[in-house]
Amino acid sequence: MKTREDRRFQIFGNIVMMAAALTAIIPMILLLVSSLTDNDTLIRNGYSFFPEKWSLSAYQYIFQGNNSAIHAYGISILLTATGTVLSLILTTTLAYALSKKNLPGRGILTFLVVFTMLFNGGLVPTYMNYTNTFGLKNTFFGLLIPNLLMNAFNVLLVKSYFVTSVPEEIMEAANMDGASEFQMFYQIALPLSKPIIATVGLFVGIAYWNDWQNGYIYLTRRTDLYSIQNLLNRMIQNIQFLSQSAGSSGEASIGLSMIPTVSVRMAMAVVGILPIIIIYPFVQNSFVKGITLGGVKG
Amino acid sequence: MKTKINKKTMKKYGPIYLMALPGLLYLFINNYMPLPGLVLAFKKYNVKKGIFGSDWAGLSNFKYLFATKDAFIITRNTICYNVAFILINVILAVAVAIILSELNSRLKKFYQSAILLPHLISAVIISYLVFAFLSTENGFVNNSILKPLGVEGISWYTEKKYWPFILIFVNAWKRIGYDCIIYLATILGFDKGYYEAAAIDGATKWQQITKITIPMLKPTIIMMVLMAVGRIFYSDFGLFYQVPQNSGALYSVTNTIDTYVYRGLLELGDISMSAAAGLYQSVVGFILILSANLLVRKLDKESALF
Repeated sequence: MKTREDRRFQIFGNIVMMAAALTAIIPMILLLVSSLTDNDTLIRNGYSFFPEKWSLSAYQYIFQGNNSAIHAYGISILLTATGTVLSLILTTTLAYALSKKNLPGRGILTFLVVFTMLFNGGLVPTYMNYTNTFGLKNTFFGLLIPNLLMNAFNVLLVKSYFVTSVPEEIMEAANMDGASEFQMFYQIALPLSKPIIATVGLFVGIAYWNDWQNGYIYLTRRTDLYSIQNLLNRMIQNIQFLSQSAGSSGEASIGLSMIPTVSVRMAMAVVGILPIIIIYPFVQNSFVKGITLGGVKG
Repeated sequence: MKTKINKKTMKKYGPIYLMALPGLLYLFINNYMPLPGLVLAFKKYNVKKGIFGSDWAGLSNFKYLFATKDAFIITRNTICYNVAFILINVILAVAVAIILSELNSRLKKFYQSAILLPHLISAVIISYLVFAFLSTENGFVNNSILKPLGVEGISWYTEKKYWPFILIFVNAWKRIGYDCIIYLATILGFDKGYYEAAAIDGATKWQQITKITIPMLKPTIIMMVLMAVGRIFYSDFGLFYQVPQNSGALYSVTNTIDTYVYRGLLELGDISMSAAAGLYQSVVGFILILSANLLVRKLDKESALF
């Protein structure tokens, strides 16, 4: 009797989870199929999972060479790589200092870090600060620096890892042998903390790859600095603008010729998610571990 | 004598302070330097005079903000959506976590991977996904669901009544995989002995779930809810700005404090109002986060931010 109940639960559970999993990925499949649909078919029949006519022309268009998609893609890669490396340097060094139990002023420093999680000046003062004081507007730094470069949450995550996973005896022994503080950080603490560094690097990398706000706020003229997210954003805005201003008449066609066809846009969105889908199977465990470590604070 | 000690401590700790410096400098630039700019909420901003040179306006920005319907709408939307998100996400994430913990299927890994994936997708691309379903002319819903049923297509991006449901759905779609990981990790940490003992006593699966799993999960659920309540004055800008495509017809159901501040600053040029709404959010948000954390700390010190 017990096994029958259990079997029923297993069937029910599988049905529910299959439904949830499909709900999660079906929109992405629709996106993928649309990018592979012939553009005329797409406009005539709408987005569909089973298009009448398939076509690779959207991808040919994107990869045929010099166009804004490839350029924006390059910016996204550069931004993600630079941002992740810099962020890891800032995060681990600060976390290392905060992990030193006897450091005079450690309490104050920790408070200064934690306070940024509690109180936030918000968009207006931050924007004023970066544009008026630092002149980040319309520069690559506008994408790189505001809000994303380091956050207190990651610092605390790495700090607690240093405290729990780097044995004090090893550090003391190294100290006795005359290792400098920097050597101890670089040659002992970092190698022992590879899992958390991979996790934080992943969090930061994904945040940079997916960010559209910095470009949206700080790049007003330099559209050549657009990341792939900003480019995608601009395209969908143009379409909204045209469809709203042109009404239902066919007048939009003049404007529409200046923006890529529906299938090209979908293909660009697919290319935009692609890096994440590719790395996902390899990094999922490390990502899940990070979420578990952050716990309810995340 | 004192200088000698200082020299010695400096020699010992100097390199450590040096290592902390770049990170602290960044926090100073990104988080502390903007703070004086909060006075903008009490000023009549003049570009030529700058933040600190602009004339004082007293509380008039706030009076004006709270005299409009906007203040009520953005506060209501921010809080009501968050309450709905918290309730729905807790129920669904806990349910999914419990099912996953009890399931012994080969597909378990696939389920988990699939439901976490939306969390890794940018707001811009989410807006593309939603657009593929809801676009008036080519959307999947209008073309492939409503048309075959003989129902007239709906102009989704101008019809307010659907948006609370759409936003709650998209938020759950994006967030449940993440929340469920935390609940699942907690459940997997429970002592198996309870379940074995219950099974010997003839407890059904349902009884095990309601009498063992859920009561033991309660502290984690309370923490998650408290943390979310602490952030109830903040909203996901991408969700409320990108997913409805910034459609003006939908503002009354999609405008939150964050989108209001953004539009005031960068679309309407109404900087003083934007600054007032921003300070309102910062201050109330601070009080809420602080209170939530003090409460969390009382219950479980490990889970608190400070």
